[in-house]
Amino acid sequence: MAATHAHPPGFAHQFETVEQQREAGHLGMWIFLATEILFFGGMFTAYTVYRSLHLPAFIQGSHELIVKFGATNTAVLICSSLTMALAIRSAQTGKSKRTIILWLLLTMALGAAFIAIKLRYEWYRDFVEGLIPGVSWLSGGTHTPGVKMFMCFYFFMTGLHALHMVVGLGILTVLVIMTARDRFSPGYYAPLEISGLYWHFVDIVWIFLFPLLYLIGGRY
Amino acid sequence: MIGFLQPVFNTLTVQVPFQPPAASSIAEGVDKLYLVLSGITAFFTVLIFSIILVFMVKYRRRKDDEVPIATHTPLVVELTWTIIPSLICAVLFVWAAALYVQNGRPPASSTEVFVIGKQWMWHLQHPEGPREINELHVPVGVPIKLTMTSQDVIHDFYIPAFRVKKDVLPGRFTSLWFEPTETGTYHLFCAQYCGTNHSEMIGWVYVMSPRDYANWLAGGEKSESLSQLGERLFSQYGCDNCHVPEGNGRAPSLVGVYGKPEKLQNGETRVVDESLIQQAILNPNSVRLPNYEPVMPTYQGQIDEDQMLQLIAYVKSLGSQERKGQGQ
Amino acid sequence: MSTTTADLHGAPAEPAVNYLNASYGIKSWLLTLDHKRIGLLYLGTITLMFVVGGVAATLMRLHLVEPQGALFEPETYNKMFSTHGIIMVFFFLVPSIPATLGNFCIPLMIGARDVAFPKLNLLSWYIFVTGCAFALYGTVAGGVDTGWTFYPPYSSLYAQTHVVAVALGIFIAGFSSILTGLNFIVTIHKMRAPGMTWFRLPLFIWALYATSLIFVLGTPVIAITVFLLGLERLLHVGIFDPAVGGDPLLFQHLFWFYSHPAVYIMILPGMGVISELITALSRKKIFGYSFVAFSSLSIAVISFIVWGHHMFVTGQALYAGLVFSVLSFLVAIPSAVKVFNWTATLYRGSISYEAPMLYALGFIGLFTIGGLTGLFLASLATDVHLNGTYFIVAHFHYIMVGGAVMAYLGGIHFWWPKISGRMYPDMWARISAAIIFIGFNLTFFPQFMLGYLGMPRRYAVYPAEFQVLNVMSSAGASILGIGYVIPLVYLIWSMRYGPVAGPNPWKAKGLEWTIPSPPPTENFEEIPIVTEDAYNYPAIEAHQYPDAPGVARV
Repeated sequence: MAATHAHPPGFAHQFETVEQQREAGHLGMWIFLATEILFFGGMFTAYTVYRSLHLPAFIQGSHELIVKFGATNTAVLICSSLTMALAIRSAQTGKSKRTIILWLLLTMALGAAFIAIKLRYEWYRDFVEGLIPGVSWLSGGTHTPGVKMFMCFYFFMTGLHALHMVVGLGILTVLVIMTARDRFSPGYYAPLEISGLYWHFVDIVWIFLFPLLYLIGGRY
Repeated sequence: MIGFLQPVFNTLTVQVPFQPPAASSIAEGVDKLYLVLSGITAFFTVLIFSIILVFMVKYRRRKDDEVPIATHTPLVVELTWTIIPSLICAVLFVWAAALYVQNGRPPASSTEVFVIGKQWMWHLQHPEGPREINELHVPVGVPIKLTMTSQDVIHDFYIPAFRVKKDVLPGRFTSLWFEPTETGTYHLFCAQYCGTNHSEMIGWVYVMSPRDYANWLAGGEKSESLSQLGERLFSQYGCDNCHVPEGNGRAPSLVGVYGKPEKLQNGETRVVDESLIQQAILNPNSVRLPNYEPVMPTYQGQIDEDQMLQLIAYVKSLGSQERKGQGQ
Repeated sequence: MSTTTADLHGAPAEPAVNYLNASYGIKSWLLTLDHKRIGLLYLGTITLMFVVGGVAATLMRLHLVEPQGALFEPETYNKMFSTHGIIMVFFFLVPSIPATLGNFCIPLMIGARDVAFPKLNLLSWYIFVTGCAFALYGTVAGGVDTGWTFYPPYSSLYAQTHVVAVALGIFIAGFSSILTGLNFIVTIHKMRAPGMTWFRLPLFIWALYATSLIFVLGTPVIAITVFLLGLERLLHVGIFDPAVGGDPLLFQHLFWFYSHPAVYIMILPGMGVISELITALSRKKIFGYSFVAFSSLSIAVISFIVWGHHMFVTGQALYAGLVFSVLSFLVAIPSAVKVFNWTATLYRGSISYEAPMLYALGFIGLFTIGGLTGLFLASLATDVHLNGTYFIVAHFHYIMVGGAVMAYLGGIHFWWPKISGRMYPDMWARISAAIIFIGFNLTFFPQFMLGYLGMPRRYAVYPAEFQVLNVMSSAGASILGIGYVIPLVYLIWSMRYGPVAGPNPWKAKGLEWTIPSPPPTENFEEIPIVTEDAYNYPAIEAHQYPDAPGVARV
């Protein structure tokens, strides 16, 4: 049997060294993000096809969305990526666990704000105005067929994105608990880094969604 | 060429045909390609099988501790068996593609027959008026172009004897053409799974001599031609209120427009064909013309595929005349 | 520490403690993190799904002996072929070799203690089982009748069957694939033993790596596709409905963007297995190692850009057809290169004919036929005539059954001594291999003929002139079925009554054969240091013959 060795908490014994584990974790997350790109990519492709087939209707549909909320949410998410990066930086530079947790909680707050704004000011309003296909669609309006298609994609794509945000909030909760339990140090903060990659990815997806959905056809 | 094997096989055992009848102008070309492909398949299969068989015998293990002679991998061997198959594939691609392109171009003199597929039958509509269900009568030696659409799900129109097949889609038109070369009766199949009775969506194609075909056309109940029916619908649905022939109405005149390019409001230029007319009737705002107000209502849900074909036939019949007027 | 107890006659003995008996009880299996046990969990689940799919196939062939159908109403027949396709594609073939043999063998072959993410590995099995549960529920509750291809508008607007349940099963099982692929890629990149460079890896690893690339890049697209289809059925929003601006062909593009690479998921691991079988049972280094390795990668890459060859008759643009046709020819070349290299490996080898070799040779022959018939379909002009007919059915069964399933069985037989520590009775194994080969050809060769004659696929009833060939095919199917049942019997029998195998019954090269059979849980007492190439079987140079003793004849 191999001799006992001193390894930091969280070391997994299928690996030979900590470095190997860290590299494996990073590679694994990048590959996972690649799958997510293809996942969203399928939706983006379908969206692109229908946009080119029904451009006037898509413009009309896009004008139903409220740009100021979308823009606010974009700013919220970008800030949350900043706070996430600062949380990782704190761990890297050996700041107190209180600091790390503070940055993580701030990230979670911003993420929650994103979802709250979406739910209260956008989706609830869409529900009331009869703009949610299959749920509260007001037929008999002046909506041409393409508008319903646009709204479908709006809800599918932002819904899928919001789902990823919620999962991200769950991951952040776990990270807060792990930090509180002294699991991280300047020598070992890989879970923070890897989760940070995921969070930034979710942010980037929104950066693509916002102009594609909210800013078609120019306005103002 | 494969024909001579047929009687041999027949006399030996049961009736198992090797190929379907070859009854169209393109069938022989397709069969020749098929034969060559079969030859290549047989050649390489036999080659690999024989080599393996020889090796199996010659290099079988005789003692458990025997040591084989080393072989090395010369690059030239690898390249040879990469390049030769590539060349074979290149030739096959070019041949097949050329045939495909050629077989896809209906001659200008084709007679057009319309097809509507619906679960689970085929409606066929001759331009002169006769309608058929699950049967198609055609004269030998005359190219026929089928313009097809579906009323519900995706179907596929397949006549094995002619070596032609094309999917039939809802909401758009697809087409295929053939020129029958032998009189006879041939299978017609639906070849895209379309639900419960997919395997019963079959029928027959009757290729007749020109005289028999003329008799067949003349017999049967008298019916108006497609375009005559279309003209009636055009008035019945009020299209002629705006689409005034002289071109001074709220909508463009449809005289002389079929087959011509038309510049749309969104900048695209499209040729006025079956698809554009269908789109204009069902979703007019998507093909707006510049200089016209978007006042045309949609007829989605009011006009079925049969009526659509009649209206299209009518607009087509106006196509041969001179264009009139160009808007306000 | 593993100690073996030698028996009285000095015959190989089983290690006292190995991964199978290191811990007992259901919980130790259901909560295992050992890649070997997870491989066996998958083996059990996949065998069950194969039986379900196989029963459907048997019923189909029995039904088709009569032109008007011998057993079912068309509605039921349609559900049979849909169930058969869905279960076999998504729940058997896609996971088969990677999840069972891949999970078991990869760490052993690269000199690691486990895969990179053992917990994800276990999670992937649970996800897979959940997917299977949904699919089986859908089947038992009445099945689906859309075909495994689910084309709308039929599947979205017209089908009255359990599309959502089954689509959900496929969606869920897709995540299992993604996690497996992710795990394999990271494991192969990061956990190779010292000295195990990329070009010393066994070709099975290269094949699984290429497969994993497709897993991670292709599967998400089918996930989104069935997701959209499911939403369409639940909410009736018209994504693929032309009446409201949708495009049913968009579904086909999205569907085949995954489903074409998926067929390479099904065959690439099999090709990797064949490389192992041929080399081990002819005790010869593989001919053209780098060519075989790179051909796996090129197949994976090119597989993503040929999907349009499933849509040549949909009315797509001429140029699209030309592009997809030429690319489809291109993807055939690396496969041809492999076949030639395998055949050349046998040259001057020391060939033995145990079951794994018979399966490998059968694979080479049947895959050659299946692959070459693909050329008929890549050729535009002939595809017009053959698309949608039994020719297609025959083509893909030659590759998936004559190819992938035979490779799977060959791999199971090859690594069975390592997995179980026991040998199976080789005579019965060879007999089943022969029965499978004969039954297979009898079942599927007539279908090439049926296709050319014009018999469309997915037909519950057919014109009487096609009956003779259908009866031939059904007769073959019954023989094939018997061939599949026999290994089930003797493999299970061998676990208890088979002779102890010892670490290396084949005298094969490869790290997995340097450790006991069955292996200890941690695989290697000490991580090995690799100093030699793969398949480094002893051989003497030609110029030394005939002076050197005990050599194989030229």
